[in-house]
Amino acid sequence: MSEPMLKVSGVHTFYGAIEALKGIDIEINAGEIVSLIGANGAGKSTLLMTLCGSPRARQGRVHFEGEDITDLPTHEIVRRGIAQSPEGRRIFPRMSVLENLQMGSIVAQPGSFDRELERVLTLFPRLKERIAQRAGTMSGGEQQMLAIGRALMSQPRLLLLDEPSLGLAPLIVKQIFSVIKEINREQKMTVFMVEQNAFHALKLAHRGYVMVNGKITMTGSGAALLADPEVRAAYLEGGH
Amino acid sequence: MTMPSHAAGAPHVAAKAVDWSGSLRDAGFAAFVALLLTVPLVGLRTIDRPTGLGIEARPEEVVASVLLVFFGRLGLGLIGQGLALPVLFLALAAAAVGLAIPLPTQVLRLVLVAGGGIIALRAAFAVTTHRSKLTLAERDRKMDRVAAQVQHATKYIAPVAFIGAVLLPMTPLADRQLLDIGILLLTYIMLGWGLNIVVGLAGLLDLGYVAFYAVGAYSYALLAHYFGLSFWVCLPLAGLLAAFSGVLLGFPVLRLRGDYFAIVTLGFGEIVRIILVNWYQFTGGPNGISGIPRPSFFGLAEFSRTPAEGMAAFHELFGLEFSPLHRIVFMYYLILALALAVNLFTLRIRKLPLGRAWEALREDEIASASLGINRTNMKLAAFAIAAMFGGFAGSFFATRQGFISPESFTFIESAIILAIVVLGGMGSQAGVVVATLLVIGLPEAFRELADYRMLAFGMGMVVIMLWRPRGLLAHRDPTILLHGGKKPATGGAAR
Repeated sequence: MSEPMLKVSGVHTFYGAIEALKGIDIEINAGEIVSLIGANGAGKSTLLMTLCGSPRARQGRVHFEGEDITDLPTHEIVRRGIAQSPEGRRIFPRMSVLENLQMGSIVAQPGSFDRELERVLTLFPRLKERIAQRAGTMSGGEQQMLAIGRALMSQPRLLLLDEPSLGLAPLIVKQIFSVIKEINREQKMTVFMVEQNAFHALKLAHRGYVMVNGKITMTGSGAALLADPEVRAAYLEGGH
Repeated sequence: MTMPSHAAGAPHVAAKAVDWSGSLRDAGFAAFVALLLTVPLVGLRTIDRPTGLGIEARPEEVVASVLLVFFGRLGLGLIGQGLALPVLFLALAAAAVGLAIPLPTQVLRLVLVAGGGIIALRAAFAVTTHRSKLTLAERDRKMDRVAAQVQHATKYIAPVAFIGAVLLPMTPLADRQLLDIGILLLTYIMLGWGLNIVVGLAGLLDLGYVAFYAVGAYSYALLAHYFGLSFWVCLPLAGLLAAFSGVLLGFPVLRLRGDYFAIVTLGFGEIVRIILVNWYQFTGGPNGISGIPRPSFFGLAEFSRTPAEGMAAFHELFGLEFSPLHRIVFMYYLILALALAVNLFTLRIRKLPLGRAWEALREDEIASASLGINRTNMKLAAFAIAAMFGGFAGSFFATRQGFISPESFTFIESAIILAIVVLGGMGSQAGVVVATLLVIGLPEAFRELADYRMLAFGMGMVVIMLWRPRGLLAHRDPTILLHGGKKPATGGAAR
C-alpha cells in the first residue's frame, strides 16, 4: 500500500503546562475526505493548528508526502501544499473579496491566478456577485465561502477546514458541504475537516475520527461511525 | 462640541414643546465640566517672580468661560427644540459683541466670536433644513460619504496640489518665512508618509519613529564632522544606517504584538536619544553638533557668495544675482522630491505582493501566516523601509538646521508624527497631508494664540476623534478590480 499523504504519529501538544493533545495518530490518504468530530475543547482545532506548526508539537512527528514538516515554520508548511481555512474564518475584513482571494494565491504558481479565480468563482457564484465588496460587510455564510475560496486559491493538495459550518444557517451549511464534496470529486482534492456538526461531517466523509479529551477514541468509515450506537448517543441524538 | 443631547433621538412631535428644565440641566452639567477643566487650565497661571515661580489666580476668566459654555450649550440644546431662529440671532449678537466691544483678553474675544459663529451656523443650518439635528449614525454615514468623495477627488486634487507646490517658490508670495513653513510641512509630510508604511500598511504601532529620524540626522552630521563627507554621499548612507537600525530593532521586537510592541518601540526611541545625550565624546552630548555643512548644488556649485576652493558659486553658474533665498528654494525642492519619492513608493508598493502582504498582516496575522506569508520578514521589511525614509528625512533635517542636538528627537516628535498618521486616517496618503496641515500648519498660523496654542491643538484632536474616530480620510479603495466586472478570466491587472 502506498504512503498516506499526511501521517500524524504520536503527537503531543501543550498550551503551557496543559496537555491538549495526548498522543494523536492519524493518517490521511490522497483523494479522501476525512472528518474529525468531537465535543468542544476536545482538541480538534489544536490538532489542525499543530499540523500548521502553531503551536508546535512537543512530541511526535507530522509527515506530509513523506517529508517531515513538524518543525517547519507555518509559512513553509503552507508552501508545501497545505491550505487551511482557519477557525472563525479570519478573512481580511477591510479588503475586498477579490483582494482576499488574491492574498490566497501568494504561494500558488505564478500565472495560475486567473484560472484559479475562475474556478473559485464558479464554485461560489455568490462571491462573484460580491467581488468588489468589503469582505467584512458580508454575511457569515459568504465569509465562510470566501475563507474556503481563499484557501483554494493557493492550489493546495491538502485542504484543512476548521468548522466550516460554525454559526451558519442550515441551508448554507448544506451548500458549503456540497461544495466540499464537489471539490473532492472534481479536483481530487484531499480534505481534512474538523466539525461539530457530526451528522453532516460523517455523511460526507470517506473516513472519520472521533476525538475525546485530546485522544482519538474511535475511527472507521463515515457510514460506520454514523451507525455506531456510541457515536449516535454522544454526538447525534436529539439533533437528527 | 456636540454631545448627543436627549433631543437627538426624540420624535418630531414631542420636540415641539421646549424642555426648559432638561436643557438647563444639560447646560448646567456642561458648565460644571467646564468649571472642572478651566480651574487648573485657565484659572491658574505661573508667573516668574524674583523670588521664584509664583502662581496667580485668574477667577474672572474662569467665570467668563463657564458662563460662555453654559450659554453655548443651552443654545445648542434649544436649536433642536424649535427655537433655532432666536438662538441664531442671539449667537450672532454674541459674536458681534465679541468683535465690537473691547474685552479684557484676546482669548475671550476669540472664544466669543468663534463660539457664537459656530452656534449661529448650526442654528442657520437647522432653520434652513427644518431638521432639528442629525442622529449620530446619520452624521457618521454622511461624513463617511464626504470623506470617500474627497478621497476620490484626490485623484484630481493631488496633481493640482503638486503643481502648486512646485510653482510656489516662483510666485512673488514666496518669502523666506513661507518657504520655511513649506519646508517644515513637507518634512512632516515625508515623516508621516514614512511612518504610514509601518502603522498604516503593516499595522504595527510604532511609538519610536523619531529614533530613525535621529539616526539619519546624526549619521550625516557625524560623517560630515569626522570624515568631511558631503551631503550627497551621506544621504544614501544615512538611509542605509537608519534601515540597518530598523532591522536591528526589528529582530527582537517583532515577536511582540499590539501594546507590548508599542511599548518596546517607545523604549527604543528613548534609548537612542539617551545614547546621543550621554556619548559625549562622540556625539557632543546635549550640546549637539553645530556647523553641519549645507548641501551643495548636486556637488557642482555652492550656495554662497564666496564658494570654497574648486567650487563654483550657484549664482555665477546660472548667471543670477546672488540671493540667500536660492538655498532655501533648493532645500524646498529637495524635501519636496524626497517626500514625493516616499509617496510614489507607497502608492506603488500597495499594488505589489510586499504591500499586499503588509495589509494582510494588518488585517489578520494568523490568517496571513496560514496563507504562506513570512510574518517576520514582511514586518522587518516594513520596519527597515520606513526607517530608511526616516533616515533620509533626518539627514535633510540636519543639513537644513546646520545644528542638531538630542533635544530635537524627543518622544513628542514621535507622538506628533503618529498623530498625523492616525488623524489623517491610517493608511491614507492624502490623509497625512491634510493632517499635517492641521497639526503642524495651524499652530504655525495661530502663533498669536501663544500659550493657548496647545489647548487649541488638543481641542482639535478631540473634535476629530469625536467626529471621525477612524481618521479624517479613512476610506480605503481596493487595489485591484475586475475588468468590466464580468469576465474574471481577463483580469490581467490582477497579477
